[in-house]
Amino acid sequence: MHIVVCVKQVPDTKIIKINPKTNTLDRRSAPAILNPYDAHAVQEAVKIKKMIGEGTISVLSMGPPQATAVIKKSIEIGADRGYLISDRAFAGADTLATSYALSKALERISKEQKIDLVICGLHAIDGDTGQVGPGIARRLDIPPITNVIEVTEFNKKEKTVLLKRKIANGYQLIEAQYPCLLTVGKEINEIEYSPMPNMIKAARYEPIIWTVNDLENVDRPQLGLKGSPTIVGKMFTPPKPEGGKKLDGNADEQVAQLIALLEDKKELLFANH
Amino acid sequence: MSEKFDVIVVGAGPAGTSCAYTCAKNGLKVLQIERGEYPGSKNVMGGVLYRQQMEEIIPEFWKEAPLERPVIEQRFWMMDKESAVTFGYKGLEWGMEPYNNFTVLRAPFDQWFAKKGVEQGVLLVNETVVLECIVENGKVVGVRTDRPDGEVYADVVVLADGVNSLLGKQLGFHKEFRPDEVALTVMEVINLSKDKINDRFNLEENQGCTIEIFGDSTKGNLGTAFIYTNKESINIGVGTTLSSMIKAKLKPYDLLDYLKTHPMVRPLMEGGESLEYLAHLIPEGGYHSVPKVAGNGVLLVGDAAQLVNAIHREGSNMAMKSGKMAAEAIIEAKNRNDFSESSLNKYREALYDSFIMKDLEKYKDAAHVFEHYPQYFNEYVPMINRAASKFFTVDGTSKKDKQKQIMRSITGERGKLKVIQDMFRAWKAVK
Repeated sequence: MHIVVCVKQVPDTKIIKINPKTNTLDRRSAPAILNPYDAHAVQEAVKIKKMIGEGTISVLSMGPPQATAVIKKSIEIGADRGYLISDRAFAGADTLATSYALSKALERISKEQKIDLVICGLHAIDGDTGQVGPGIARRLDIPPITNVIEVTEFNKKEKTVLLKRKIANGYQLIEAQYPCLLTVGKEINEIEYSPMPNMIKAARYEPIIWTVNDLENVDRPQLGLKGSPTIVGKMFTPPKPEGGKKLDGNADEQVAQLIALLEDKKELLFANH
Repeated sequence: MSEKFDVIVVGAGPAGTSCAYTCAKNGLKVLQIERGEYPGSKNVMGGVLYRQQMEEIIPEFWKEAPLERPVIEQRFWMMDKESAVTFGYKGLEWGMEPYNNFTVLRAPFDQWFAKKGVEQGVLLVNETVVLECIVENGKVVGVRTDRPDGEVYADVVVLADGVNSLLGKQLGFHKEFRPDEVALTVMEVINLSKDKINDRFNLEENQGCTIEIFGDSTKGNLGTAFIYTNKESINIGVGTTLSSMIKAKLKPYDLLDYLKTHPMVRPLMEGGESLEYLAHLIPEGGYHSVPKVAGNGVLLVGDAAQLVNAIHREGSNMAMKSGKMAAEAIIEAKNRNDFSESSLNKYREALYDSFIMKDLEKYKDAAHVFEHYPQYFNEYVPMINRAASKFFTVDGTSKKDKQKQIMRSITGERGKLKVIQDMFRAWKAVK
């Protein structure tokens, strides 16, 4: 079983500042981290490998040379090897051009060892689109299954995988043919504390770096800024949410107020996301 | 059994990285383990980095290291409530190669330094806590980390785990430190524009200044405060021995607030925005507190070996020098393939032969004297301020009479004999 996990280096948006003049992210204000959802994707690959008792986990990323840091982080979690595609030709890519470039890299990886499963994070915390995963699946012509919260079982003979995925108001059980592509969020697993041998392996590991010339059959106009039709119209800091409401009075009065409030706003009871 | 290394270095501060770097450069297989998210994330110092010992490790480091400003002026204030007697030295030669010292921010600097080690082949593992040394037959053979499958082995383990050195304690090299052997220092990094810093501190482009403040900065307790200029921020901090803090019931953050709002200090900070708040223990026990530094398969360096000269606020230089000397002893031990205490004792010999232990010995009684005779900080500093005020105030008294009055007021307050005793004691402590 060969699992490839697509990972992205992102600024830590919990602490990043927005330049009030230009309304763009001030990337120097926050450290670059492995996109948290992608960390769960790598962890899930490790779990699957353990579950079926064999397999190879590759990670793939696109970015500047310093993005090798997220590949090393993935090795810490338990990946076996990592590829970074890094080239000026990829710079300025939106989700369309990114999924194109990644799918070309996946084709190349697949030539070295056939890919059975691709796992992506639900979305990156800097762009929040969630489009790259499905974009890759479409280009590789494999089924995308988004928001998977449990990988239950593999049937190697039938080449099927049993999955549980979250939908708007419940769950969906899916049996899918693999190769397929899954996207996963934080619910799917807990990131484990990496064992010491993984840490040493990661410290020593040199990721495989490919330029655009290492990929085959690439239609260059589809790469980078040229291949990106997305236009960012405006960026702004959303207004701070207003404070909550404090209920006054004695216990009975407060209970009455609360019930009235909940009856008025039923959506509060069924909010599920 | 897990992988075996030549050397495991615990900690990625200046001492640990100097040692790891030097070992790796000489072809040894080095694993360096850091508990923080990255080197420097947990490390604190006032902010002065000395050129000499750093340059012995990386020549002309100032051309690429993330430094703040070369220090061209060192000022000293003996501060009272509404006054200060100041002296200092400003020399433009310190602003040119090869420089004397620099202000630095530890987070970027330590990261850079550790990266230089990695380039030499050091395997650096972050976010990992070493729980204990693995001891077999009276010899340290490795460490146990808090990770699954966490044991790693090496011929030599270097403890660069900082002031508290829990690992040194575990091995029985030292006991829990007494409150008078450590200082608690709190500091803030305050954002201030380059122009404002240059104006307020009388500096030009790429010039820095340090101010050490005695007296009312610690409300008369044993300790000092400091103000150091970075590129676009100021480090301001204050520390006293833990014992003084306990005795005077001081809260460290109150002391820092007191300092920041002190009329002598406030104008320098005006309009600054607080970026970071840090606190750390500093080993200030000096010569008498230095523990055993070499054992079977183990060495102690830097703060873990209590190598700080509190009087001259030197520490990072001693850390680097000790790390380098430890590495040299390890390289020799490797050639002999003997990692016993007697073999590694070369490090101890080198340490006691170097400026480090010589300086610490010179001041071996200073902290003790100043701790037990608080008058130096809480009486003489105000006295000197009053004397200066009297001397420089023009009020029609002749200078000769003024001198007499000043002498009389000094000896009158404490008595002639006491003053002579105090002076002799202080001189003896630092001679």
